[in-house]
Amino acid sequence: MSSNNDSIGKTLTVTILLCVICSVVVSAAAVLLKPKQVANRELDRKSNILAAAGINDASKSVDELFAQIETRYVDLDSGKFVDEPVTNYDATKAAKDTELGHPVPRSEDIASIKYQANVMPVYIVRDSANELEKVILPVHGYGLWSTLYGFLALEGDLNTVVGLGFYSHAETPGLGGEVDNPAWKALWPGKEVYGDDKTDPEIRLIKGSVGADTSDAEHKVDGLSGATLTSNGVTHLLQYWMGENGYAPFLNNLRAGEA
Amino acid sequence: MSTTKDVLTTPILKNNPIALQILGICSALAVTSNLATALVMSLAVISVTAFSNFFVSLIRNHIPGSIRIIVQMTIIASLVIVVDQILKAFAYEISKQLSVFVGLIITNCIVMGRAEAFAMKNPPIQSFFDGVGNGLGYGLVLMFVGFFRELFGSGSLFGIEILPLVNNGGWYQGNGMLLLPPSAFFLIGLFIWGTRTLRKEQVEKPEYTMYPNTKKGAA
Repeated sequence: MSSNNDSIGKTLTVTILLCVICSVVVSAAAVLLKPKQVANRELDRKSNILAAAGINDASKSVDELFAQIETRYVDLDSGKFVDEPVTNYDATKAAKDTELGHPVPRSEDIASIKYQANVMPVYIVRDSANELEKVILPVHGYGLWSTLYGFLALEGDLNTVVGLGFYSHAETPGLGGEVDNPAWKALWPGKEVYGDDKTDPEIRLIKGSVGADTSDAEHKVDGLSGATLTSNGVTHLLQYWMGENGYAPFLNNLRAGEA
Repeated sequence: MSTTKDVLTTPILKNNPIALQILGICSALAVTSNLATALVMSLAVISVTAFSNFFVSLIRNHIPGSIRIIVQMTIIASLVIVVDQILKAFAYEISKQLSVFVGLIITNCIVMGRAEAFAMKNPPIQSFFDGVGNGLGYGLVLMFVGFFRELFGSGSLFGIEILPLVNNGGWYQGNGMLLLPPSAFFLIGLFIWGTRTLRKEQVEKPEYTMYPNTKKGAA
């Protein structure tokens, strides 16, 4: 039997059989496990949004907690609510689409994101009186090695920070990676994004730490020690997304009650 | 023919794939910054080596010599994809941290090496245990490296705080270098030194010796 293993017929048979069996196994695994994987990705995204908003209740599941959050879509240019552009809209994919996104001119691209989606999802929490309680905005931008993806949550006044959290980045562990440190994240709540002018964001990270005698302390957050470029990256991405290319028109409309 | 127990235990210390054969170093550097990822990676590699050995051995008498490497690769690649899909479905957080390295098990020399060197010549059950043994040998080194990197790098084991870090208000200043991949080189080096001190037979003969210095007093 093994003597004619090297004949062309045998080689072809083995190849074809192997390919068919392997492809069936691989496709079966992919198809059968797909629903569970999609659910995992959704769960991950939802728990990141909840974490940024500081909503956390161990007795309830992520889905139950997420039920109080309203997902809306905003056209960044006009700052108005729009319908979901396509079903299962993904802003990261849309950014590079010729219709749904646009390249960012280099002179304006302080966060080095290169492409931006025209429409972004925003997440809104309302209190029992249907008043705006929190708004959660997806933000991203380049740090030292990687693009940081995260959420910034604002109070109902659309100025005071509730929390900032990044769910995906590849910054240096122990230095830039400290953006995940709970002690650093705890510095954010209560900071104010804007000054009197509601279009130019004032918030930024500074070298060293913010003390009692720091001027403008409400707009400043401690930089990450040993991670100047990651700190600059966080400043840039916040300035970009909270500026007029980002959510400023939307937030101004919302403040005036016209979004 | 060697017994099942032999094929299972030999690769763990006596013929360790990383420490003696110096295979699979790349992923050992990348996934050992904490114990949880190291453990999941070890389990993934154990299952891939075991099953790829099993299936290659099962059809070893029908594999044409001219395409045997491709046949082995196809089997290994399919198994790796299945493992990757399972991780994504049941251990999403960990699979996010492991990212591409699960996919890169395909290129791990241990898997291919065992398929070619052992499974092509031995019956399926023994090949299976040889795969498990080699996976365990790989896992042992991963856990060793992961233990030191997580303990002294981030002051915890399996994410449970052991040494409270200065950043979190404790006293321990984490060793940042241990969190970066190159530190695994030093740890694997120490591991190899340790096993070769215990097992002198693993020490290779030097390929050449220095010619003695003939000029007296030149040094």
